[in-house]
Amino acid sequence: MEPGYPHLTEILSHIQGYIFPNEIDLQWGILIVVYPFITGLVAGAFILASLERVFRVKILKPTYQLALLTALSFLLVATLPLISHLAQPLRAYEIMITPHGSSAMAIFGFVYLWYLMVVLLLEIWFDYRQSMVIWSQEKTGIMKWVYKIITLGLSDISPRTLEWDRKLGYFITVIGIPSAFILHGYVGFIFGSIKANPWWSTPLMPIIFLFSAMVSGIAMVMLIYMVVSYIRTKDLDINVLDAIGKYLFFVLILDFTIEGLDQIHRIYEAEESFETIKLLVEGKLYLTLFISQGLIGTLIPLGLLAFLQFYKGRIRLRKTLYFITGILILIGVYSMRWNVVIGGQLFSKSFSGFTSFKVGLIGLDGTLMAAFWLILPFGILAFLLWLLPPWKMVPEDY
Amino acid sequence: MKFYIPPQLTRLSIAFAIFITLFLLLRKLLIPDTFGQYGHYRGDSLTDNALPVVHYAGQQACLECHQDIEDQKQADVHSRIKCETCHGPGQKHSESAEATNILKPDSREFCGNCHEKNAARRSEAVVQIIINEHNTGKKCIECHNPHQPWTMKE
Repeated sequence: MEPGYPHLTEILSHIQGYIFPNEIDLQWGILIVVYPFITGLVAGAFILASLERVFRVKILKPTYQLALLTALSFLLVATLPLISHLAQPLRAYEIMITPHGSSAMAIFGFVYLWYLMVVLLLEIWFDYRQSMVIWSQEKTGIMKWVYKIITLGLSDISPRTLEWDRKLGYFITVIGIPSAFILHGYVGFIFGSIKANPWWSTPLMPIIFLFSAMVSGIAMVMLIYMVVSYIRTKDLDINVLDAIGKYLFFVLILDFTIEGLDQIHRIYEAEESFETIKLLVEGKLYLTLFISQGLIGTLIPLGLLAFLQFYKGRIRLRKTLYFITGILILIGVYSMRWNVVIGGQLFSKSFSGFTSFKVGLIGLDGTLMAAFWLILPFGILAFLLWLLPPWKMVPEDY
Repeated sequence: MKFYIPPQLTRLSIAFAIFITLFLLLRKLLIPDTFGQYGHYRGDSLTDNALPVVHYAGQQACLECHQDIEDQKQADVHSRIKCETCHGPGQKHSESAEATNILKPDSREFCGNCHEKNAARRSEAVVQIIINEHNTGKKCIECHNPHQPWTMKE
């Protein structure tokens, strides 16, 4: 290979069998793994919040605002991995502002704005309005004005207006549930609709993404609830953890079943691509699929959660187990995103060869960039918790 | 009874109206002028894509001078491989031909790119040898004419 393509020379030495030239270099790298992971956390956190609001699961009350703010923090970052992946800062944003019905990618602008503006911000606003009005009256200086601005200058907290806050907030949450389903179902659709790729192309893909999103979002809110309680040196309520754990257990069972169903279907059908896919999962994806996603991210958490359904003994042990479960589940869901995004690009459309992927450390498409987009939401969440602390809200009486 | 509109809705409608106006304004500023000129993309991107310098001259340009080599090649198993596959991009060479502005790879490793034994490669399609065992110490082209691999040199 002539000079000027050193990275290709490196990759070429890892190629196996026959592969078309445009398949050698992976087009979608680690940032496209991070993107559905972050979007999934948004949808999952929101669905946990709506459990409390719509389905009146009172025990989850302490996590309600936390879940909403978590969803908002991650949603604000959701588009950024995409834009930085495109590596054209002067025009990459165009994908968000020029939506088009014929392109699954370019419709994200619509889906995103709907979810951010109409669902999440409105629900948080209605929920916090009474408290924000009171804070704007209590605080002095610049914070007074900050709260005044985010209440949109409306200081009416008469019982009748508050009643409308509740009604409208409820209405938004009801719209929000299908919206959260659409948001993450859509991300699955991007992959599931690519009929040329047998690893992606299945109508189950949106549903698989949706359920793994719920799993990861619920696990993330559980972890954040534990960490926030620890930082505030408040005792966390083990009953709340048990309730979250119960939902997590059920959703994880569903997620596992549907993904298993997809694989069984694939194995039984054994289409012409099956030989390649078999080699793929037994070779390059072995660690991330069987060990990381299957064992660490699904089977061990399932075992732990099943154990916690019956074990009601030492609280300290249960807390530790919930914490470990949450971390393992997040590792598992991240691996699932990796297996889909990277795995789908590793084999050739000729079904006779494989390329390889080595993630870089630095650069716009490297590990550090991905880590930055994953850490940033926690910074935003810390700010939001400072600005809108759920524990200082006016107690509700309904 | 007078129809009641909650004050929140009034404020939110104003806020949304401002947001949508700002969004549309920003969108007008941010979307490039030539967007939509031909389709749902920036018209100027066609010009941008035409700008990169051409490196490959294409088979036809090679044949203008090197028809004799092509005739040799057609008689043997490398007949379907194009000149620039081995000799690299030849646009410069086709503009002013010098021996130095085109690649003439002659290393064992270069031939090994295709002919090194690889279990995943179909052996009926590509002849494969183990470079480290096959006539070591000699260059491939000392015996094989790359344009006519099965016509052995003396």
